[in-house]
Amino acid sequence: MKKVTIRIMPKQGVLDPQGKAIQTSLSALGFSEVEGVQTGKLVELFLEDSEDINKRVGEMCDKLLANPVMEDYHFEVEGAVRP
Amino acid sequence: MKFAVIVFPGSNCDRDMYHAVIDVLGMEADLVWYEHSNLENYDAILLPGGFSYGDYLRSGAIASASDVMQQIKAHAEAGKPVLGVCNGFQILLEAGLLPGAMLPNKNLSFMCHHEALAVANHETRFTTSFEKGEVIHLPIAHGEGNYFADDETLSELKMENRIVFTYANNPNGSAADIAGIINGEGNVLGMMPHPERAVEKLLGSNDGIRLFQSLIENWRDAYAANA
Repeated sequence: MKKVTIRIMPKQGVLDPQGKAIQTSLSALGFSEVEGVQTGKLVELFLEDSEDINKRVGEMCDKLLANPVMEDYHFEVEGAVRP
Repeated sequence: MKFAVIVFPGSNCDRDMYHAVIDVLGMEADLVWYEHSNLENYDAILLPGGFSYGDYLRSGAIASASDVMQQIKAHAEAGKPVLGVCNGFQILLEAGLLPGAMLPNKNLSFMCHHEALAVANHETRFTTSFEKGEVIHLPIAHGEGNYFADDETLSELKMENRIVFTYANNPNGSAADIAGIINGEGNVLGMMPHPERAVEKLLGSNDGIRLFQSLIENWRDAYAANA
């Protein structure tokens, strides 16, 4: 069993109002050194290994997990785990 | 003219849509559950607002991957009208039937009030009952209605006159004040404001009726021309 960790983030230049709100709150708590905050999603998949695992996961991201209009994704495949 | 109102788990404007078509416009309509549906015998498809699948992953994303979407795509490819309102618009974007995506509102708030809209294109089959540039009032009710598209897509939409409604006072940060857009073929309209909630003067506005009337009149004309 493989574990795939997918990180989905807003594309550069796409407004991330949630990140902006977090930055404002951090600043209010005295952490004024924070110059930028970006929020995103982390998705973990558990699946059997296959030769085309990278291609298949890429397709999953393009078709459903990420929205290519506003998001970029990046994933890593780790071996031998149990969900 | 027979309408299908598609109901997903989490749709919540389906009955408003049904009420507008049945009671106000006097047309036929069915509430069609998204599973095991057959859309062959409908003249128009209405994708209502709400929170399909609890907005899991992204608004409209899960619904856009459901089986019924294949039928909706086939219906659209056949040139038949599809109207997506609010979450219905988000589903059309996620399904790739319209370009762009929805971001959270600029102020991060869920907004629910009437907005003034300009009819930017009154020549679509959904808008011929409006005057050119007319300002109408429809309610909005969304947390993610901040329309986003890259510059190339935006200039294409402008050049092809596919921006159908714009906000007079942009409430959510939408690019180019976009409240509603149409596909290149002119039969798939997506909009965040709710025409189905503005069909009775008593409830603040009946400007929404004319959108449905336009659709019906144009369908009748096309039907008569083909008969």
